[in-house]
Amino acid sequence: MSSVAFDVQTKLGKPWKKPPFVQRDWLRWTLLLGFVAYLIAAYMTIDVNWSRVYEGLERGKKFVLAFTSPDFTSRSTDIWEGMFESIIMTVASSVVGIAISIPIALGAARNVAPLPVYLICRSIIAISRALQEIIVAILLVAIFGFGPLAGFLTLSFATIGFLAKLLAEDIESMDRVQAEAIKASGARWTQWINYGIQPQVMPRLIGLSIYRLDINFRESAILGLVGAGGIGATLNTAFDRYEYDTAAAILLIIIVIVMALEYLSGVVRARVQ
Amino acid sequence: MLRLEKLVKTYKTGDQALQAVDIDIPEGQVLALIGPSGAGKSTLIRCINRLVEPTSGQVYLGDVELTGLSSSALRRERRRMGMIFQEYALVERLSVMENVLSGRLGYVGFWRSFMRKFPQSDVDEAYRLLDRVGLAHMADKRADELSGGQRQRVGICRALIQNPALLLVDEPTASLDPKTSRQIMRLICELCKERGLAAIINIHDVALAQMFVQRVIGLRLGAVEFDGPPEGLTPDVLTTIYGEEDWEATIEKVDDDEVEAQ
Repeated sequence: MSSVAFDVQTKLGKPWKKPPFVQRDWLRWTLLLGFVAYLIAAYMTIDVNWSRVYEGLERGKKFVLAFTSPDFTSRSTDIWEGMFESIIMTVASSVVGIAISIPIALGAARNVAPLPVYLICRSIIAISRALQEIIVAILLVAIFGFGPLAGFLTLSFATIGFLAKLLAEDIESMDRVQAEAIKASGARWTQWINYGIQPQVMPRLIGLSIYRLDINFRESAILGLVGAGGIGATLNTAFDRYEYDTAAAILLIIIVIVMALEYLSGVVRARVQ
Repeated sequence: MLRLEKLVKTYKTGDQALQAVDIDIPEGQVLALIGPSGAGKSTLIRCINRLVEPTSGQVYLGDVELTGLSSSALRRERRRMGMIFQEYALVERLSVMENVLSGRLGYVGFWRSFMRKFPQSDVDEAYRLLDRVGLAHMADKRADELSGGQRQRVGICRALIQNPALLLVDEPTASLDPKTSRQIMRLICELCKERGLAAIINIHDVALAQMFVQRVIGLRLGAVEFDGPPEGLTPDVLTTIYGEEDWEATIEKVDDDEVEAQ
């Protein structure tokens, strides 16, 4: 039957082993030994000052213990103001960021956009992803001054890189034939997007949007540390004053809100499937 | 009605999918396109409505030459060519009604289609077509809730609501069981007759093709090897199209279970 010369008799009665991923023996062993040597060398460069750790443990303990007696009251106006600002920043930046990401995602999908548009949109995404939030926030705080405006702009900018990239990838992996069928009916480009592509990527878009809302809220707590407004500013002040009980209260509120968002996203995603 | 002249498609990889194909299809003729996988059947029908751009050659639909059209003129001509796909190609997350109405996209503006406010005549026609294929009660179901045979019927409605002059049918039965396959083929051919449509049907199943069509074209390596009535498909002819094999069982008359297929 088979045309290739292959003597089955030599194989019978012998155990079968999966062929190794790296074919050449010497290369495989060099890689393995090199990896172990690297681990050892890396371990030896770690330089820990144990007496400093011992002192630090004490402070760490105080911080952790503060969670058992969080203080929501003595700075409650600051906490609520900061929280309110954070939530406004989060919602506003998510809405604006998502609205801008959708056209960029379409442009960044190779099966939808022509090459020049694709390159431009991919560059926008690359720039947005390359610049870490904190760095952007420092720059924008320098431009716009302290306050939530800088935070809002930072988060909108970061949302574009995140959402446009993942949405574009979903568009690229969609079922081509469904979109082709819409095109074959003589639909315009806009109708093709609306009927052929949007239904396919909608669950992913909604899931990613809620996830980004969640990330933006958590980021808004960090951005305050560099002066970009929100609850982070309050948190930073609490740390500066060694008010660990207030800081603990703020962290607990953040945890509760993130958990609520997580639950919400589960409910919504189950409904849009 | 449809005339292909020296149609050539060479892919970027250098594969010659079609080499100078000439076909002339008169008004109302249903034609089966057979041939082994990779013979260029799918490419051929996609070159007609330019889902695949032909490399050279001409396609005439009536008096209009399609290969040189601008994109807006091409959209207008695509409305006259309904297409039916192998894996149904319904937009799965849209309802049956939206899928059928998507066949009217070439006739309505963006905002009307975006708001799903199609003209009453389109909605009525969609219901009539769904009723004709026995699926009117499913109109508001989502397309992915239907079975294979039901989906293909919706696909047929979507193609017909375009009010086409020509149907391009790509492997309509490839993912269906034998009985549903026959029902779908019969439905397509009946509807073509009712509406006087010409059709090109790509099909793997030679026996099924013989049962329903008036003319068969055999394609091999992108060239026409056979063009004639279904009775002309002798074992010799099938050997030139597909290669050496025992063909007696394939072309044996299969109408014995015609009655139960209904």
